[in-house]
Amino acid sequence: MGIQRGHKARPLEWLTEKMIAVVSLSAIVVVFLIFMFVAREALPIFLGQMDSALVQPTVPATEMDKLSADQLRRYLGLTKKELGGMSRETLLLLMEAKEQANAEIPEEVRQDKDAAVNTTQWRYLLLPYQWTGYDKPVFIWQPVGQIHKYNIIPLIVGSLKTTLVGLLFGVPLAIGAALYVSQLAAPVAREIIKPTIELLAGIPSVVVGFFALLVMASVLQSIFGYQTRLNAFVAGIGLSLAVIPIVFSIAEDALTSVPVSYTQAALALGSSRWQAAWQIVLPAALPGVFAGVVLGFGRAIGETMIVLMVCSASVMSWSLFDSARSITTTIAAEMGEAVAGGHHYRMLFMLGTLLFVVTFVSNMVADVVIHRFKLRLEGKR
Amino acid sequence: MHPKRPLHFRTEQFRFSSFFFTGLTGLATFIILAMLAVILLNVIVNGWRGLSWRFISTIPQKDFFKPENAAVLPMIIGTTLRVLLMTIFVIPVGVITAVYLTEYARNTSPVTRFIRGAVNNLAGVPSIVFGLFGVGFFINFIGRNLDRLWHSSGSNWSQPSILWASLTLAVMTLPVVIVATEESLRAIPQGLREASLALGATKLETIVRIVLPQALPGILTGGILAVSRAAGEVAPILFTGVAYYMASLPKSLTDQFMDLGYHVYVLSTQSPNIEETRPILYATVLVLLLLTLALNLVAILVRANMRKRLRALH
Repeated sequence: MGIQRGHKARPLEWLTEKMIAVVSLSAIVVVFLIFMFVAREALPIFLGQMDSALVQPTVPATEMDKLSADQLRRYLGLTKKELGGMSRETLLLLMEAKEQANAEIPEEVRQDKDAAVNTTQWRYLLLPYQWTGYDKPVFIWQPVGQIHKYNIIPLIVGSLKTTLVGLLFGVPLAIGAALYVSQLAAPVAREIIKPTIELLAGIPSVVVGFFALLVMASVLQSIFGYQTRLNAFVAGIGLSLAVIPIVFSIAEDALTSVPVSYTQAALALGSSRWQAAWQIVLPAALPGVFAGVVLGFGRAIGETMIVLMVCSASVMSWSLFDSARSITTTIAAEMGEAVAGGHHYRMLFMLGTLLFVVTFVSNMVADVVIHRFKLRLEGKR
Repeated sequence: MHPKRPLHFRTEQFRFSSFFFTGLTGLATFIILAMLAVILLNVIVNGWRGLSWRFISTIPQKDFFKPENAAVLPMIIGTTLRVLLMTIFVIPVGVITAVYLTEYARNTSPVTRFIRGAVNNLAGVPSIVFGLFGVGFFINFIGRNLDRLWHSSGSNWSQPSILWASLTLAVMTLPVVIVATEESLRAIPQGLREASLALGATKLETIVRIVLPQALPGILTGGILAVSRAAGEVAPILFTGVAYYMASLPKSLTDQFMDLGYHVYVLSTQSPNIEETRPILYATVLVLLLLTLALNLVAILVRANMRKRLRALH
């Protein structure tokens, strides 16, 4: 009651409190805006409205009236607003310019069957296609030259390859260290080791990339003796340095939050410390540890600079010791040269949307798992 | 037996498997610490030689891959400016959100759950996606509309600039500030709030005069962590404001800027002669590391101090 009276007596305070509530929604608004504005730039790709075909069937200017407004807009590559603001004379001029431009395309390009292909269609993005000059259907990402090839499969494979190496190397180390620090080490050692490992998260990824490029690449090559010096394997080891602090800190939290009575009961029944940690505490904390791994996956697949600096040649290969170009790397390396509003530009935003969705889902999974884990530990389920 | 006591073979029966696996997890810990140590030592030992007063206090020449032309003053200034601008945007929003979450919202309400979900999600969005967001939202949407609003000569809001880079980073570091502030607000004893309310202060007065001053170290920690995270990030600013080379320092909010992290990327991937560039590359990395790790260390110390004080208070 007292609080309500205060509200009536102080309208300014009431207003401030409402504003606090509104500002606190900013996080939700921002997540929404990110999705909206990244996906907005990619929308024409999703809706199949982009046309990257080099040669389109020419429509003579005199036959302009036979086209519907929508066909005309797409033929001339205009937005709806631009089309609305143009007079008939301007449109005729544009039609003639287009006719002339089409006529100027060299004959050998026009003969190429690929020149009429709209490479932004989904089947060219996902399925192999036999381009002129290739003897079999291939997956290829090559947004340069006359015909831009946008197959995203090599990029997805590249992302998965580097992420896989990063997780395979980083997760066992991080979970091992988390077990050691939370269950087995002396409390004094714990006080020192935990913040030190968390300091690893403070190293900028560009520094990790630099170190992987200049030092680790040569060391690893001399140990394993593979051909290409800069490959997905080196990038993956670099990624593990980004993955370790996240997995460690979440797994350690989960292991520490398991009630001490679990360990005490196990020890009282005659198990060793290791048995108590491995057979009792770890299974109890498994959801939390799993959530840590999921977040580590999100971190690895979204990491840009490490992979960008270590390897960026786009080749379709499942081998870990070949170069790889990940989704993030492609966006970072090609955004600068893509023309704003063009199909290359929109394609990169499409990749960004894909990345956002993948990390969004993995974050949601981790979030739900941790939430349930906490409820269970509090005895509410 | 105290549960936190270390492995002690005299009171426990010796078992080989137990010994072996404890050693294995200890080894994992050691490998991680060793990797950290190798990176730091490598950078410090090699970077130290390249550092000089001239290097950190002058503006580089256009061909900055050669040692005699290299310098990092504009990068230090650019990086510092963009993170300071960022804190101006992110701290108020982050602190207000944290205040709402701890002081006003009920823990079980769906709104709270939604906000927390969004904060966790935001923390996991890849940094390059923030870069795309900066282009799509700040430059292409806000910037273009501002240009249309003042379509007088000289307004160029729809260009990459230090303002848009800072705003992009502010969006990225929002969860860091929220989480740190929330933690410090939770650590303040409920009794303080109750005493203030009992003396007749309103809820808002209690928050502004009692709770927030107590939480100041925590808010600072959040700010410092956000700054150290943002100082090393390159991906979000790649298309929203960073410049490859500028002969002068940025003068207005709509100028582009040079950046330490981006400079490390440029030096290590685009140098025509990496052997010649190596010393200045190491020195640049050292400057960047000193900047970010020093900030991190300050945050860790402030936080430790705060926890100690709070423990004494309880």
